Amino acid sequence: MNAATHPTSHTPATYTPATYTPATPAHVQAAVRDLPRLVPTGRGTKPSLLADAGDAARLDLRGLAGILEYDPGEYTFTAYAGTPLAAIAAALAEHGQSMPFDPPLLDAGATLGGTIAAGLSGSSRYRYGGLRDFILGVQIVDGQGRLIRGGGKVVKNAAGFDLPKLMVGSLGRLGIIISASFKVFPAPRATATLTATLPNLTAALQAQARLMVGPYDLEALDLLPDAQGALTLHVRIGGPAAVLPARLERLRHVIGVGEAQLDDRALWHTAQEFTWVAPTAYLIKLATTQQQLPALDAALHHAGATRRYAVGGNLAWIAWTGDPASLHSLLAAQGLRGLVLRGPTPVGPPVGPFVGAATPSPMLARITTALDPDNRFPALPA
Amino acid sequence: MTQAAFLAALSQALPPARILRRAEQLAAYESDALTAFRTRPLAVVLAATQDDVIATVRLCHQYQIPFVARGSGTSLSGGSLPIADGVVIALNRLNRLISLDPVARVAVVEPGVINLDVTKAAAPHGLYYAPDPSSQLICTIGGNIAFNSGGAHCLKYGMTSNHVLGLKAVLPDGTVVHLGSGSLENTGPDLTGFFVGSEGLFGIALEITLRLLPKPERYRTVLASYASLAAAGDAVTQVVASGLLPGALEIMDRLAIDAAEASVNAGYPRDAKALLIVELEGEAEQVEREFTELRQLIQASGAQEIRIAQDDAERARIWKGRKGAFSAVGRLSPDYIVQDGVVPRSKLGQALATIDRLSAQYNIRVANVFHAGDGNLHPLILYDGREPGALARAEQLAGEILQLCIDLGGSITGEHGVGMEKRHYMPAMFTPTDLDAMADLRLALDPHELANRGKMFPADDAMPHPHSPHPLERQGVISRV
Repeated sequence: MNAATHPTSHTPATYTPATYTPATPAHVQAAVRDLPRLVPTGRGTKPSLLADAGDAARLDLRGLAGILEYDPGEYTFTAYAGTPLAAIAAALAEHGQSMPFDPPLLDAGATLGGTIAAGLSGSSRYRYGGLRDFILGVQIVDGQGRLIRGGGKVVKNAAGFDLPKLMVGSLGRLGIIISASFKVFPAPRATATLTATLPNLTAALQAQARLMVGPYDLEALDLLPDAQGALTLHVRIGGPAAVLPARLERLRHVIGVGEAQLDDRALWHTAQEFTWVAPTAYLIKLATTQQQLPALDAALHHAGATRRYAVGGNLAWIAWTGDPASLHSLLAAQGLRGLVLRGPTPVGPPVGPFVGAATPSPMLARITTALDPDNRFPALPA
Repeated sequence: MTQAAFLAALSQALPPARILRRAEQLAAYESDALTAFRTRPLAVVLAATQDDVIATVRLCHQYQIPFVARGSGTSLSGGSLPIADGVVIALNRLNRLISLDPVARVAVVEPGVINLDVTKAAAPHGLYYAPDPSSQLICTIGGNIAFNSGGAHCLKYGMTSNHVLGLKAVLPDGTVVHLGSGSLENTGPDLTGFFVGSEGLFGIALEITLRLLPKPERYRTVLASYASLAAAGDAVTQVVASGLLPGALEIMDRLAIDAAEASVNAGYPRDAKALLIVELEGEAEQVEREFTELRQLIQASGAQEIRIAQDDAERARIWKGRKGAFSAVGRLSPDYIVQDGVVPRSKLGQALATIDRLSAQYNIRVANVFHAGDGNLHPLILYDGREPGALARAEQLAGEILQLCIDLGGSITGEHGVGMEKRHYMPAMFTPTDLDAMADLRLALDPHELANRGKMFPADDAMPHPHSPHPLERQGVISRV
């Protein structure tokens, strides 16, 4: 073991795995070469992503933190994986910029690397795209301990294989992300939201469809079912403050109902931080299509699960307080695979990282043999 | 002999009319838009169905025959150049629009569908397909997927991969995979994103799920002329710093303006040293508000003349000159090299000044047309191939410009891809370890290196030769952006 990567805890009698705290990319390379099995961790905001990691050593990347480059005129930044998103957001905000993919759990302490590895974007990805659309470059250490760079630092680049995108959602199982470069945009100068309650899912999806096919520049489009079967549509817009009321009024006209919320920060903070998810619940992400929502929603309503459909029906979040096995069967029956971010507090049975339908991938199996031939990282479950 | 056995098996698998073998039939497939390279393939398969493609790839795998997929052959990096003793799988007949769901805003297409035809199909629903390479009248979605094509709107909307949600593809060993889905989101690694831009080395896309966007309600297009390139560049910096996010920010220099005027008579100001095109788009109320701000900003930026498109026809005329500028350069010079490099936007001024200095030093004219918003330069290096040594000097200059892009922290290609043309520059941008890892990934998916062999990775062969306009370019049908 490299002298600079210190084990900070070791509890041989229990399952608590050893933790190492690399301070440089070279430490990460040494750890990959020296440890038979390991997995990267950050600030622990999504513990269920490691539910299957067993006794693999934890490589705590919190020490590899900091913004390496940020030039506001360039619309790009590069930061170490362990950098808290909040620190990046604060640096961007000083220049009126933001991460357009709206990364979740920012105030909870989520790091850049963990957000890439989990592949998470938030409600406002509706406007310009998700994390995958803004990542430009990565530096990783693969399962052979190689320090590899892919992509670039400029907003447009077509040279070489797109390793940055391969890392999105890879859960640290194909390589340990050291640093990443992103494109950013000017933040909307002001935002406002129309909230509209609709009697049932059919009516809500119709209203949503009218907004989606029209020439409206929406920041976010979320649907919140309540326990009785009614739903509230949250439609966020952004831009020069002076024209927001008129734009909201136009949207209200399109769907026939709604109330304007000119200060909508609290409303969307709830979505970003999942404050609507009970501490006793599992938090699950699903990639969905609008066509899948009616059957999915009926099943979730029947099971009594709280849920939120974001990004015009493309992203579903479930707060599940029941038995994880029944969630597994519910999702498998819908042909859906969920990503479990966290479990109940106090700790419930370990579930994750995936739940629901298995999706074996022959392409992924081949990629894994190239980047992690010795299985240093826990296998990505099918 | 393997080749004979392969051809025999191929003719069992496909109707004879779909297999081209005669020299005169193969001639049309010898090169793509990078006409400097020519290779005669062993055979061309005119695939009519996805099963034709799968069957051909499986036979290639079985007999270890290399193959390259080809759409309209508009690659500017030699990406669809045939492989000697290999097969060209022509995909133009796989041009079905399988489905279009206006509510979900997705279209599923086959790889031979023409880029602009996606927008045409989406238009009745008020939707469009955003990536707009200048060859969009003719280039295919399959080629766009392979090379992650760009266009004039990449800063705001991203490149092709940002608009691809899912793929059905055949890997080089004949395995058919389904990547992604119809959702904008995903769980697990983004294999769709990894496939896009792999330059045909990961196999052939058979069905592509594309994201459609609502057509903007209002466009506001401004054309401003400046006394120098630097002044136009400064204006871009100011627009970017203002917090506005234009859909397009384009600059043309004097030589490019002359060419565009000679070719399409776009009515550009005659005395300008540089032209800036800025376009805002979106909801009418918002665009009008932002436009007021943009106009003040441009007026204060030292512009000599400002023109504002008053209607769609004027907007189209402004864009016609810009999009036609490359093919128009053919009027100024018998031959030219088109480069595609990227520099950080803040280094644009420095890059252009260096290109200007190099141009003087080499005594070679260089016309500059570029996507200023994303730092994507397209220097056009003019030379006369009949002059002894002119080509070699032009190529040397082109190489210096690419090295400049790398030195300034940019990329050797923004949108044309590496292909044949830029293989030799990959080691300047990536370390041997980076390239080894990419090679390992490639071998894991294609152990015999059959799919588009010879592209992207550096090889021990000669540097490319002449770049002359594609026949369609000479006719002004396509242009190089």
